[in-house]
Amino acid sequence: MDPLRQSPSPCSSRPSSPKTPPCEIHGYVGIEDVLDQVKIKAMKMGFEFNIMVVGQSGLGKSTMVSTLFKSKVWKCTLPGLGMPIPQTLQLKSVTHVIEEKGVKLKLTVTDTPGFGDQINNDKCWDPILGYINEQYERYLQEEILITRQRHIPDTRVHCCVYFVPPTGHCLRPLDIELLQRLCRTVNVVPVIARADSLTLEEREAFRRRIQHNLRTHCIEVYPQKCFDEDINDRILNSKIRDRIPFAVVGSDQEYLVNGRCVLGRKTKWGIIEGPRVGKPTTRKQTDLEIKSLLAAGRTQASYLTLWASVSSQ
Amino acid sequence: MAATDIARQVGEGCRTVPLAGHVGFDSLPDQLVNKSVSQGFCFNILCVGETGLGKSTLMDTLFNTKFEGEPATHTQPGVQLRSNTYDLQESNVGLKLTIVSTVGFGDQINKEDSYKPIVEFIDAQFEAYLQEELKIRRVLHAYHDSRIHACLYFIAPTGHSLKSLDLVTMKKLDSKVNIIPIIAKSDAISKSELTKFKIKITSELVSNGVQIYQFPTDDESVAEINGTMNAHLPFAVIGSTEELKIGNKMMKARQYPWGTVQVENEAHCDFVKLREMLIRVNMEDLREQTHSRHYELYRRCKLEEMGFQDTDPDSKPFSLQETYEAKRNEFLGELQKKEEEMRQMFVQRVKEKEAELKEAEKELHEKFDRLKKLHQDEKKKLEDKKKSLDDEVNAFKQRKTAAELLQSQSSQAGGSQTLKRDKEKKNNPWLCTE
Repeated sequence: MDPLRQSPSPCSSRPSSPKTPPCEIHGYVGIEDVLDQVKIKAMKMGFEFNIMVVGQSGLGKSTMVSTLFKSKVWKCTLPGLGMPIPQTLQLKSVTHVIEEKGVKLKLTVTDTPGFGDQINNDKCWDPILGYINEQYERYLQEEILITRQRHIPDTRVHCCVYFVPPTGHCLRPLDIELLQRLCRTVNVVPVIARADSLTLEEREAFRRRIQHNLRTHCIEVYPQKCFDEDINDRILNSKIRDRIPFAVVGSDQEYLVNGRCVLGRKTKWGIIEGPRVGKPTTRKQTDLEIKSLLAAGRTQASYLTLWASVSSQ
Repeated sequence: MAATDIARQVGEGCRTVPLAGHVGFDSLPDQLVNKSVSQGFCFNILCVGETGLGKSTLMDTLFNTKFEGEPATHTQPGVQLRSNTYDLQESNVGLKLTIVSTVGFGDQINKEDSYKPIVEFIDAQFEAYLQEELKIRRVLHAYHDSRIHACLYFIAPTGHSLKSLDLVTMKKLDSKVNIIPIIAKSDAISKSELTKFKIKITSELVSNGVQIYQFPTDDESVAEINGTMNAHLPFAVIGSTEELKIGNKMMKARQYPWGTVQVENEAHCDFVKLREMLIRVNMEDLREQTHSRHYELYRRCKLEEMGFQDTDPDSKPFSLQETYEAKRNEFLGELQKKEEEMRQMFVQRVKEKEAELKEAEKELHEKFDRLKKLHQDEKKKLEDKKKSLDDEVNAFKQRKTAAELLQSQSSQAGGSQTLKRDKEKKNNPWLCTE
């Protein structure tokens, strides 16, 4: 709080418009306290995050979600063996409130059991797209009310994690069709499921091939190139884009490895550790997904305009 | 679409699930803060007060900088608003500050309409935001928000009570903007007078039902300080950009022959309190109140005025889309009616023209018939004449042969002169007709 401190040179990359002349402040005013105010407000209101997991059954979607958020999200993780495969695609949503260091997060996970399980998978993406668009529609209706609520509950899907089966070859036609449709309306993060069935070299080759497929079919996954705000964003995001799709291994059982208690999968030839840098990158994916929450704000804005334009025609 | 059963297991109203380890979403508030920093903040202050109360000086003092602008004169014909935008930067926070000042407020002889330009200005900013929000392709996150977040109302330091102009203006503004009343140039009032003045002002505001901005007391971290500050309203402030040496430090102060008034001394004036409340503690709350209370009220009134409703007379929820469609159908109906009318008129005119033309045709036909008849009559006459002529020619031939016969007979019988003469007589008429 030195009253004689000179203001440092502007470090924001945003240039000041010619109409607004920059002013030099001689002394301390206290403008930066507004950051604390914003933080307090955000903590009080809490955050909302809606994630959707799409993929065929048996790829470890539920386990993945439980591992990511380190809590038992589903009441039962394994479907009963006697349960019949659902004939139509049914979406199931579960909402939980998780808290960490004072930050409350209302997490909604939507699962899609039965996706891609039928013999004829034609138009199996329709229920998914319908659900996503329905959430947009609901938000739009709330927003254009005359007397609208102070804080509109946000049920829009912020992130869709698509599980690619670890065939080792390339993306299947079903994957490509779905990704093409999904990436236009929602942030898609493709992951290679059950990556412990691939060796490291196979994984790399598979990853390259998938990246090539995505480029060929013009599928823009999150983080999208068009939303890079400045050079720092671009550098950070290109690093992430290089690693997409992430190869993940999920687990909810703990084992003792070198004296540490870790989540892992035990096989005859060793224990695969879940969250650890260098191995299947679940950590990076967590950061990415949490980053997507805020980016979701700006992407959602653009998609909302798209939706608004569609609905008003 | 195949049956989409979305079974939502909300689980007894969103159960809280304990975490088994560190996930990492506690960085969310920091991410939000970083994003806000990169976007920058914007804050708009409206200063309402009579000329010469020190509005510009106070702004300079508050933000520790020199804003441009010349002092206004007292000869303005009407109340005008002067708006300036500045880019301020402190450490890594960028603030786009807009200061709007009234020029010529309270200088006219007839002050009945003084509040109108101010109210219109505030409404115009709301309108601009509403238009942007209703656009199809909108960029709200990059939109420069020009809505007024705080209105500093400068009260003249008479020491008695509020002027009626102040009351009227504040009453008109209290539902549109967050009003923070301040006593300007408070170094003109003594301490005892000040307490009485403040009490009088607050009681007048309460009795007239003017809603001034109350600092929020619902959040524990700021409830205490805001509560005490609420009791000090209206703030008595002094503005000064001159720095004087007091003791061994340079401070902002005003020098009088009888002493020095320090701006940042809490015992001398409430400037520090104002700065704390306005910028350091409640800036975000001011912006939120503007958006969620004042703007929403404006939006509601405006949309209801345009004819939109949330529920129709049967209290079934109306959607904006239905209203749009209804209006659109109405307009289309009107359009169609007009089109029909035009078409009818056109058909009528065509019919009239046709009738006219038919008449003309008929006339022509009649004329033609008449002429034809005339021609036929003439022809008949001619034929008659020809016939009579032929008859005469035949008669003459007969007579000629008869005469020749007679002549041959008479020559045989000794020819008579009279017959010749008769012949000549008879020849002469024919000689003429040849």
